[in-house]
Amino acid sequence: MRVELRQRSADSRLMVWLSPLLALLLTLVFGAVLFAALGHDPLRALYVYFVKPLTDAWSLEEIVVKATPLALIGVGLALAFRTNVWNIGAEGQYTVGAICGSILPVMLPEWQGPLILPAVLVCGVLGGMAWAAIPAFFRVRFGSSEILTSLMLVYVAQLLLDWLVRGPWRDPEGYNFPESRLFEADAVIPALAGRLHFGTILALLAVAALAVLLGRTLKGFEFRVVGAAPRAGAFAGFSERGSILAALTVSGGLAGLAGIAEVSGTIGQLHPSISPGYGFTAIIAAFLGRLNPVGVVFASLLLALTYIGGESAQVALGVSDKIVRVFQGAILIFVLGCDVFIRYRLHFRPMRRAAARAEEAP
Amino acid sequence: MTGFEAVILTIVTAATPLLIAALGELVTERSGVLNLGVEGMMIVGAVTGFAGAQLTGSPYLGVCASMLGGMALASLFGFLVLRLAANQVASGLALTLLGLGLSGMIGEAFIGQPGLKLERIDIPFLTDLPVVGAILFGQDPLVYMSIALAVSVSWFLFRTRPGLALRAVGNNHDSAHMLGVHVIRTRFLAVLFGGACSGLAGGYLSLAYTPQWVEGMTAGRGWIALALVVFASWMPLRAAIGAYLFGGALILQFHAQAEGIALPSQFLSALPYLATVAALVILSRDRWTARNDSPSCLGQVFVPDR
Amino acid sequence: MLRATIFAAFAMMLALPAAQAADPVKAAFVYVGPIGDHGWTYQHDQGRLAIEEAFGDKVETLYVENVAEGPDAERAIERFAREGADIVFTTSFGFMNPTVKVAKRFPDVKFEHATGYKRADNVATYSARFYEGRYVIGQIAAKMSKSGVAGYVASFPIPEVVRGINSFLLGAQSVNPDFKLKIVWVNTWFDPGKEADAAKALIDQGADIMTQHTDSPAPVQIAGERGVHAFGQASDMDAFAPAAHYTAIIDDWSAYYVSRVKAVLDGSWESGDIWGGFAEDMVVMAPYTDLPDDVAADAAAMVEKIRSGEFHPFTGPIYDQEGALRVKEGERADDGMLLGMDWYVKGVDDKLPQ
Repeated sequence: MRVELRQRSADSRLMVWLSPLLALLLTLVFGAVLFAALGHDPLRALYVYFVKPLTDAWSLEEIVVKATPLALIGVGLALAFRTNVWNIGAEGQYTVGAICGSILPVMLPEWQGPLILPAVLVCGVLGGMAWAAIPAFFRVRFGSSEILTSLMLVYVAQLLLDWLVRGPWRDPEGYNFPESRLFEADAVIPALAGRLHFGTILALLAVAALAVLLGRTLKGFEFRVVGAAPRAGAFAGFSERGSILAALTVSGGLAGLAGIAEVSGTIGQLHPSISPGYGFTAIIAAFLGRLNPVGVVFASLLLALTYIGGESAQVALGVSDKIVRVFQGAILIFVLGCDVFIRYRLHFRPMRRAAARAEEAP
Repeated sequence: MTGFEAVILTIVTAATPLLIAALGELVTERSGVLNLGVEGMMIVGAVTGFAGAQLTGSPYLGVCASMLGGMALASLFGFLVLRLAANQVASGLALTLLGLGLSGMIGEAFIGQPGLKLERIDIPFLTDLPVVGAILFGQDPLVYMSIALAVSVSWFLFRTRPGLALRAVGNNHDSAHMLGVHVIRTRFLAVLFGGACSGLAGGYLSLAYTPQWVEGMTAGRGWIALALVVFASWMPLRAAIGAYLFGGALILQFHAQAEGIALPSQFLSALPYLATVAALVILSRDRWTARNDSPSCLGQVFVPDR
Repeated sequence: MLRATIFAAFAMMLALPAAQAADPVKAAFVYVGPIGDHGWTYQHDQGRLAIEEAFGDKVETLYVENVAEGPDAERAIERFAREGADIVFTTSFGFMNPTVKVAKRFPDVKFEHATGYKRADNVATYSARFYEGRYVIGQIAAKMSKSGVAGYVASFPIPEVVRGINSFLLGAQSVNPDFKLKIVWVNTWFDPGKEADAAKALIDQGADIMTQHTDSPAPVQIAGERGVHAFGQASDMDAFAPAAHYTAIIDDWSAYYVSRVKAVLDGSWESGDIWGGFAEDMVVMAPYTDLPDDVAADAAAMVEKIRSGEFHPFTGPIYDQEGALRVKEGERADDGMLLGMDWYVKGVDDKLPQ
């Protein structure tokens, strides 16, 4: 028996719902086997991992805190990926957004007032946009692959941050430790509850705006056409260059916003490490969310749950951090793998040499 | 050994893991598959290599084990992106996550153990030659292998029929398919080769470079290897030059410091990445070179339909 | 049958408060790295295990490893506070502000932050005087080195590291006033490959004794390969290069952790700042190996002198690189100066990165 993929004429509506369930099932089976093999009660382990974090207000809040930057970045990436623009440098745009947003609170800490916070956020967005504009410019002007240029710029951004917090932006009262001064109260994004801050509302607004843009407007249609069929887009008078520039800078701006929102709202100062890989995890969120803004929100929440659940498993069961990461990797691999059923269906046919050869040359 | 020789030796050993991993990824990318999981495969190779050497008592078997470790992870990636047509960027990132976790799990038993070192080869008389002796003839076996690998990958890609087929698959999978090349199989083999090389690069770290196992010991070298592939514009011999330049920048920075010359290390560390971006831009400006060199189907899904 | 079930349920309800009353003290640890780093985090985890050994059932220990400094730190710390931990140890400098923030919200939970300087009623800080050990190995280095040059693999130019460099050189100069120290900053706490490269560069430049303020055994291993000698860091690294390894400065948190948990158990815990050295057994020298007997005996005697307070590594006169007198003849540097140390002593052949 030989299994092969056949492309569906249209994406399967049923499978859009079924494939995550299948992935979940596989994850549970894998998790049960993994935990049992390591000598833990599999049911309890899975409960601690997936259910317990959903049962109390604090961990729900923490899931939302963790999901906020993922959703902000992911929704921008969804727009970019739909336009067939492969911005995988969101981590760098996040970092530069955080740096630019910190210019005012770090360099002019005396400046206080109601205007400072909007200024900080705008600087963050502009920083992210500017960093994303570099690969955008190279792509549009010279045709350089933005996959690689944007990725390279991630490291440059991280080194820039490192240099700043260890050098010129070091807290003068901080005993030479690598961190900036703490943001003054006016430059901190106000909290909604606990660690949950106003950035979450901004993320939801961004999601809503992009959902409307992509789903309901001509501009959104333009992005999708340019992404799916650039030639058709050109015939329709859509500018491919314009769309690429817009997609990259919008996704960069949102990543920048996520960066400054984390620094101002969650951390309160610049550090050498301000992101546990949000820019990369958001790529996964964008795909899990099927490049649909609302889907990205759910995917971000799911990813956040795997982190929070993993931590809770470490504490409650004494499971090591490595196992948590293995499990996370496995979840992602199952979800990515199961996605195949949306676009393709399995076709079973008996294994024959002739059949095998037929595949080689149609 | 004179100072100059010692410096060159250090640069060569620093560059070797980067070169090996980059050559593997280069072949993978030439076939049109972008595997961002190099770091994950590398760290798994580092731990399986170390474990293999400790358990069998032979660093050479460790080298084999490191390649197998990298290939195991690569085959999972290949299955995902080639058989299941999953997105390559996301799968590669997931692979890195999985690899970092797996390596920590496997390695738990080996922490704090001094490893077996892959010994340098000393060739009588030749190694003692002035200046070139130690550089040319006093390296560990994997250094020679990495250079041989660069030459043979270059030869394979540009001088053999399977190499031509591999590049064809990467440049235009539809036409390659029409011509009867088995796209999926070619790509799967290329992914496996990439995994073996990444694993070997990891094994080089845990068996020759610093014979020990510590968690996270690859410390981002997989990502540098990815940059190197682009810097080399997918040309194996340029990858070798690039690796030595990257390695040289790193080592000379340390020497400058030890001499008392203070340089802002972050700017030096950023140079390879900036150089890569510049190389990429210059390459793509030159359209002819661009068309010739970069695999145009990089990252695209191929499903044979009929 | 039904009655039996109801009875059992009752019994459980009755038993529950009793079980809670006998709840063990929970001590929680937030680690920045993997416990398998065989360095910083590994040593803290040894301290955690010492608590378990010392108190058995009376204490339960919890930990999360690999907690990145940044947005995740605060959550990891708060989780323990919520899980009912009585005392939480946060073992990296970058956890300082998150620890203080969480401590404000949980006044009944005790927090201990390693290497920081912000305290509160329920936040104590602790750190170790590694510089005491560095003075001892500085003396050994000056006695054993043939070239008169030692190599120092340094991580980041924070006071902790600068202090160690100064102390090492002061120790060396007390034996050989012309002793030279070459320094390479690798800008990482942990990257075996980079540490090895730095060690090679230093040895190539004439250093025949290696010391390090980074966490992996790589520099010791390189010293072994190149036939020079080395001092281990954080844990005993003798196994990685038996012929090269003279001794190591070991971080030993066990005694401190056990005493702090004991203070929680008997209700005597108070906030404060402990900066422990040889006297508190927080800094311990690994066995002296491959050293002539008199050198080893001198080293052990020096440890005793520092332990008893008879001698302080930073005793004047101490001049900085520009030749300005920083500590007067016969005086000792106070802790304030040591904590904020951002200058090199005279004789360091390096510019402090700014």
